[in-house]
Amino acid sequence: MAVFMENGNEQPGVGGAMISVRSLAKRIGEQEILRGVTLDVARGETLAIIGRSGGGKSVLLKHLIGLMNPNEGEIWVDGQNIIGLTERQLAAIRQKVGILFQGAALFDSMTVAENVAFPLREAGERDAGVLRERVREMLDVVELEGQEEKMPVSLSGGMKKRVGLARSIIRRPSCVLYDEPTSGLDPVVSDSINRLIARLQQRFGMTSVVVTHDMKSAFQVANHIAYLHEGKIYFHGTPQELQATSDPILQDFLLGRSESQPEL
Amino acid sequence: MVRLFNAVGRSVVSFCNYIGEVVLLAADTFRSLFTHRLRWNLFLRQIVEIGLLSQLVVVITGAFTGAVFAAQTYFQFAKLGIGSGVGAVVSVSLCRELGPVLTALMVTGRVGASMSAEIGTMKVTEQIDALRALAVYPVDYLVVPRMLAMIVSMPLLVAECVAFGIVAGYFIAVHLLGVYGPYFVANMVRWTQMRDIVMFLTKAICFAFLIVFISCHKGLTAREGAVGVGKATTEAVVNVSLAVLICNFFLTMFLNIIFPAGYQ
Repeated sequence: MAVFMENGNEQPGVGGAMISVRSLAKRIGEQEILRGVTLDVARGETLAIIGRSGGGKSVLLKHLIGLMNPNEGEIWVDGQNIIGLTERQLAAIRQKVGILFQGAALFDSMTVAENVAFPLREAGERDAGVLRERVREMLDVVELEGQEEKMPVSLSGGMKKRVGLARSIIRRPSCVLYDEPTSGLDPVVSDSINRLIARLQQRFGMTSVVVTHDMKSAFQVANHIAYLHEGKIYFHGTPQELQATSDPILQDFLLGRSESQPEL
Repeated sequence: MVRLFNAVGRSVVSFCNYIGEVVLLAADTFRSLFTHRLRWNLFLRQIVEIGLLSQLVVVITGAFTGAVFAAQTYFQFAKLGIGSGVGAVVSVSLCRELGPVLTALMVTGRVGASMSAEIGTMKVTEQIDALRALAVYPVDYLVVPRMLAMIVSMPLLVAECVAFGIVAGYFIAVHLLGVYGPYFVANMVRWTQMRDIVMFLTKAICFAFLIVFISCHKGLTAREGAVGVGKATTEAVVNVSLAVLICNFFLTMFLNIIFPAGYQ
């Protein structure tokens, strides 16, 4: 059932959810980016967070892995409140949660294979044979076989995102966060990335949170969709419920109408 | 008047804040050094980058400084009939002041700028966030290997600078200006003491810390894309250069109490 959360007070229980966000508020300078976001992501589900550009979607995503600290609120990941943890304490949480950055954030001094193997190497794996095998397996999953020795600078945008994805899932996290996985890609490559996200969810049963403003992508990959509007979760429901809604704000967003939307 | 006090106050607070951040980074680096494993491959790569690849710059700087210093000293000393004292002056000056300071300034321009730009670029392209998201603490990965490599490299580079300065000074004084070679060497050996070598080693290590922590801090706090990286790099070079010169004065005054200059 769709939930409209105009005041952000409706808080489903923390238990059972992979990620729970409670009354999250974030100010950057004078600007209020998030104003009491409350959200739950159930285990194994794929949640798409949609909203206008500059609306705080990526900021919300970065909070989920402790890359940014909120001014108020709580974030529970796998039953643990991550607010107030030090960088070193967050390491344990970050091993359970992978993230694909908007620009892929590949290490440009390393080859594709070194990038993908990096999390395993840092976790203490030294056996070159094991590393090679795992890298090959991950590149196979993201359909980039044979690209091991390439440098990031020679990859296309879509390939970079695939390598970033391979790197984020090589440690088999229970949850993957995707920051605008299809932005800047042509429709064909976007579609292949969307299919890849869906396939990963089916194959590994990972919980996924996809931040996007690409509606096609949201409908293609998500079990649930949350609409972030003016710093709050305005809508949270299934793709079918979103498509059936007559709410003018959501309709404007879905149809790409700008008349009644304030400029950000 | 109030506005003036406000402006001065703000600058003082901002300066103290900056110093505090650099000191905290240093403390974090030392904590990391003693509590977490060292990445030997990164350390060796930095040894090559800092120690090996800085040699040409340092050798040329040392040689030409020694040469010009020998010539200028000879022109003045010759009037007093003590031209053979050139060796002592060149050697002691290079050990106590010119060697450490000029090497530090050259290494700042070559390595400090590169550290700041490299880390700054990683910051603005989300590679540092990627490190954090992959449960790798950036200080462990980026700052510790650089600091250790700098501590190992700087004393050797200063020694190289001093050695080539003395050799060049000898060549100019003996072969071009007609100073009697054995006197040059005898005076140099007589007046150059172990305390002069301890002084340059002490200064080299202090300057190594300044270069690493100020440059890395500027890189880690870079903002606003390419412009921010450029700004961080420029500020790193300027701040390290000023810090080296100011710190050199205080080190000279302090170390002169422990290791007084001149023949004892």
